[in-house]
Amino acid sequence: MTPLLEVTDLRTHFTSFGGTRVVKAVDGISFTLNEGETLGLIGESGCGKTTTCLSIVGLLPPAGRIAGGRIAFQGEELTEKTSREMRRIRGRSIAMILQDPMASLNPLFSIYLQVAEPAYYHQSMRGRTLRKRVQELLRSVRIPSPEQRMRDYPHQMSGGMRQRIVGAIALSGGPKLIIADEPTTNLDVTIQAQYLDLLKDLQRDTGVAIIFVTHNLGIVARMCDRMAVMYAGKIVEHGSVRNLFNGAKHPYTRALLGSIARLGSKEPLYAIPGHPPNLARLPSGCAFHPRCPDAMPQCVTDEPSETHFGADWTARCWRAAALPAKEAYDRASA
Amino acid sequence: MTAPVLEVQGLKKYFPVSTGGLLHRRTAWVKAVEAVDFAIQPSETLGLIGESGCGKTTTAKLILLQEKPTEGSIRFQGDNVLELQGDALMRYRRAVQVVFQDPYSSLSPRMRVRDIIAEPLEIHTDMSRAEIRERVAEVLELVGLQPDVADLFPHEFSGGQRQRIAIARALVTDTRLIVLDEPVSALDVSIRAQIMNQLEHLQATLGVSYLFIGHDLAGVAHISHRIAVMYLGQLVELADATELCEHPLHPYTQALLIAALPAHPDDKHERLTIAGEIPSALAPPSGCRFHTRCPRAMPRCAEEVPVRRDAAPNHSVACHLYD
Repeated sequence: MTPLLEVTDLRTHFTSFGGTRVVKAVDGISFTLNEGETLGLIGESGCGKTTTCLSIVGLLPPAGRIAGGRIAFQGEELTEKTSREMRRIRGRSIAMILQDPMASLNPLFSIYLQVAEPAYYHQSMRGRTLRKRVQELLRSVRIPSPEQRMRDYPHQMSGGMRQRIVGAIALSGGPKLIIADEPTTNLDVTIQAQYLDLLKDLQRDTGVAIIFVTHNLGIVARMCDRMAVMYAGKIVEHGSVRNLFNGAKHPYTRALLGSIARLGSKEPLYAIPGHPPNLARLPSGCAFHPRCPDAMPQCVTDEPSETHFGADWTARCWRAAALPAKEAYDRASA
Repeated sequence: MTAPVLEVQGLKKYFPVSTGGLLHRRTAWVKAVEAVDFAIQPSETLGLIGESGCGKTTTAKLILLQEKPTEGSIRFQGDNVLELQGDALMRYRRAVQVVFQDPYSSLSPRMRVRDIIAEPLEIHTDMSRAEIRERVAEVLELVGLQPDVADLFPHEFSGGQRQRIAIARALVTDTRLIVLDEPVSALDVSIRAQIMNQLEHLQATLGVSYLFIGHDLAGVAHISHRIAVMYLGQLVELADATELCEHPLHPYTQALLIAALPAHPDDKHERLTIAGEIPSALAPPSGCRFHTRCPRAMPRCAEEVPVRRDAAPNHSVACHLYD
């Protein structure tokens, strides 16, 4: 089976005004996504996860460009598409859910118009069929009495409802892939839990694949099948969520897992020393080496290559293959 | 038991809002904080959790005397702070400090780190410049920064370092209580643990108390000794942190625990038992304010306001299920 999405050695660079400085926001990443699967793309702010998503949907800001690599979606090469062709893919086949539901809804249009738009353009629905479809979509995201609420405007809705409406818009064109960029960051915990349950249900009903961009490992644990950990523009570890939570190979993944508080546990948290690097001035060798508890001389000089640990598990770390995971984890959390 | 550092009793804050047109103007009240009681012991961290609009930040503002309570008392080391004046009031302001959520907006970009940290000393003490310089170096070291960063400006620091500067400023006046209003929410994940550990270390060395406000239950439970849960202005449950996580009594606390994200993909996942969203504080539900979303609501809950009482040792809950 060919995967739904196959990203190979993607490089996205930002060039400063005048072209004097180049920032490699995404620097050679590869991953695949099958139909109905959920991939968690995790990392800290500035690690390139949002740039990866914008590269896929072809919405990079003017300073950014894809400098190399391929993005194959349903067998079609997206990097070679014109902007007109991309417009037919966005909304119809790939939809996006953004972080801030207030900024991603237009305050001047009714909920009906905004939810109807993708179905109107991409599914050519009109009149009563379209109205029915909008009501169905709103009902599927649990908006009470959709016949009335679809005439409302975004300001008449609460934050949780607005985010659910953004979800309805994403589903409206009948996409195969939804890219959700930190969709619950601004929501309260109980609203977040409701929203995540809802996304799971929608995925089960429609079979849509989801890329979940987040810095929250709890969301990954709940929602995702596989995860890709990004650091300084590279995927440093990629594998099934269960494998990575049970015995991550890369020290950054282990450190992230050790730094989150577990409910009811008073164990001291593992604090990662230092702070995330500036992409314009990356450390030599492995970008994580200044913060890494296991760094060796080789890490300072050479960039680690990808090591495979089984069919669907890779990590970029010189030490990973040599060091038994359990021992390293104990050391990290000691 | 020793005397508490801070004791809050029957604290209420109503904000007036005008409704109606120009001619039929009338005043309604947002009941932001409704009869909240708690005490904070020396060297203790009290966690305060709840969703947006539940009144946790208003409670913090009342303690910091940024807002005047509608009713109730705040006692600091035995004195009612609402009646303090002059020197005694200055002493209170010195002893109770705050660290805000966003260190990018809470530090003045035009001031050097030294001046930011020294400002409370200039207001509250008559220390000489040399003494101030020495004290600033001392607190910078306490929060894990080099003393020679004092001459830099905030923009030269990362988020985690800025939050350390904010903590240093809060500590400089021999503070007894720091109100921490979501101090790690704006920071990168890898930095959060640094700040949490630093706060715990400072408490162990200086004996300072914290009021830790947050909405992430796992994080708040990690750092707190006891936790108070607020819902729509009311304090619904107060217990020891581990006890609260293991035996939550109030249906709202139980829902918060279910809503908390798992630490491992194999953790069992229950579906959330509560539906809907927090009602408006302008027209809060009658009786128990949670009854409109509560899976175990009884007819009585809509009529009678539950009083918070002990259901187990050191574990109080405001819910008719436990009467």
